[in-house]
Amino acid sequence: MMTLKNLLFTCVLSVIVGTSLNAQHDNPHAQAPTATEPAATTESTKTEAAHVEEKYDPTPSIMNHIANTHEFHLFGHYTIPLPCIFYVKEEGLKTFMSSVFHHGAEAHDKFASDHGVVKRVKDSSFPDGEVALEAFESHDGEEHYVHHDSLDNAFIKYQGKEYEIEKGQGLFTSSSFYDFSITKNVFTMIMSGLILLFLFGKAASGYKKRPGQAPTGIQNVLEPVVEFITNDVAKPMIGDKYMKFLPYLLTVFFFILANNLIGLIPFAPFGANVTGNIATTAALALVAFVITNLNGKADYWKHIFWMPGVSPVMKIFLAPIEFIGVFTKPISLMIRLFANITAGHIIILALVGLIFVFGNAGKSVPGAIMGTAVAVPFTLFLSIIEVIVAFIQAFIFTILTASYIGAAIEEHHHEEAHH
Amino acid sequence: MYSAVGAGLAAIGAGIGIGLIGKGGMEAIARQPEAVNDIRANMLIVAAFVEAVALFACVIAIIK
Repeated sequence: MMTLKNLLFTCVLSVIVGTSLNAQHDNPHAQAPTATEPAATTESTKTEAAHVEEKYDPTPSIMNHIANTHEFHLFGHYTIPLPCIFYVKEEGLKTFMSSVFHHGAEAHDKFASDHGVVKRVKDSSFPDGEVALEAFESHDGEEHYVHHDSLDNAFIKYQGKEYEIEKGQGLFTSSSFYDFSITKNVFTMIMSGLILLFLFGKAASGYKKRPGQAPTGIQNVLEPVVEFITNDVAKPMIGDKYMKFLPYLLTVFFFILANNLIGLIPFAPFGANVTGNIATTAALALVAFVITNLNGKADYWKHIFWMPGVSPVMKIFLAPIEFIGVFTKPISLMIRLFANITAGHIIILALVGLIFVFGNAGKSVPGAIMGTAVAVPFTLFLSIIEVIVAFIQAFIFTILTASYIGAAIEEHHHEEAHH
Repeated sequence: MYSAVGAGLAAIGAGIGIGLIGKGGMEAIARQPEAVNDIRANMLIVAAFVEAVALFACVIAIIK
C-alpha cells in the first residue's frame, strides 16, 4: 500500500515538473526577465517582484496547497469544479459551480477565484454578473489574475483599474458573505464519513451474520483498533462509565484518522487538508469542550473554583487559573491537531518546492533534476513519518479527550481521601 | 525573519524535551520490560504535550 502510494506520488511529481518545463517551452518570452512593472504598485511590491524574478519563492504556492479551496486541482488548467453556495448580506443566496470563474480569468457577481479560493471584491462599484478580468504581467509566463502584494492583500484588474479583494475566510477573519459551499474540505469530510459508514456497516453485518465466530475481512482491521480504544483509552481514562462515551471517542478517533490519511494522498479526489484546517479542529474541540463540561460532576467544579486541601488565600489565586484551564484544554486540543497536520503538509510541500527552487521554476533543468533527487527520498521518508503521525495524533486527541472527560465525571470520596 | 528564529528556538526546546522523554521512556522500559505498553502510551501523551508548546510557537510564527 505504502509503496503504491509513493510510486503514485513520484509519478505526480514528475508530471508537475514536466508540465512546468513544457510551459516554459510554450512561452519563450518567459525566459527573458520582464522589465515593466504593473502600473500601480508600491515600492515594496517592486522590490518583492524583483526579488522573485531572481529567486523562486514557494511560500504562496505552499500556503495555497494547504488552504481550503472551492475546486479540486488536478494538473495544469484541469480542475474538478465544486458547488459554491454563498449568502451575501442584503443580496441573498448565490449558488453556482466554481467553473464559472474559468480558472480565475472571470469574476462572477463580485466574486473572484484566487487559485481556487473564492474571495469577494471589496469595492461595491465592481460590476455584477460575469466579467472577464485582465491578467497581471508576470515573470513566470503564466497568467495571474490575482496579484498579491503580500500574503494578505490581493488585487484583481478590470478595465485597467485594480480592485482589492477580501482576505480568505478563516477562523479569525470575517468577510462580507457567509460561505456554505461544498468546498474541498467539506467534500472530503462527507466522503470520509461515507467511507467509514461503509466499512463499519460491513463489519457490523459480519458480526450479525456470524455471531461468536472468528472475524473475517474488514472486521480483522477494525476490531483490534476498536478494542484498543476501548481497553487502552476509554477504560483506564474514564473508568466504569466508559460505555456512555465510547461511541463519541470511537467516532472522533476514526474521523480524525480517516481525514489524516486522506490528506496524505496527493491527488484528487483526496488530498484535502481537513484536519489541518483550524475550523475543523475548532469544531472537534468545541464538541469535546461541551461533552466534558456538560458531564462535569459537582466535584469537577469544586476542584476548579474551591479546591479542597488548599489555604483560602491560595484558592482565590488558583480559582481563576483553574477556570482558564477549562478553556485552554480544548484550545490546546485544537491547536495541537491543526499544527501537527499543517506542519507535516508544509514540510512535504516545502520539499517538493525544493525542485522548483533548485530548478528556478523550470529555468534550470539540471537544478530541477538535482532538486528531484533530493526531494523524492526526503518526501518518501516524511510521508512514512506522516502516516505514523496520522495515527498518533488521532490517538492523542482521543486519549486527551477521554482523560478530560474522566477528570470531569470522577467522583471523589473526600472523607477517605483527605484524612 | 525573526519569526523563523523564534520557531527554531521553540524547536530546540521541544527537541530537548522530547529527547528527555525518550530517555526516560527507554530507561523505564529497560528496567521494567513488562510495562512497555503503559510506558509507551504515556510517553506519547507527554511528548504530545511538549510538542504542542513548540507547535504553538510555530503557529504564532506563521501568523506573526
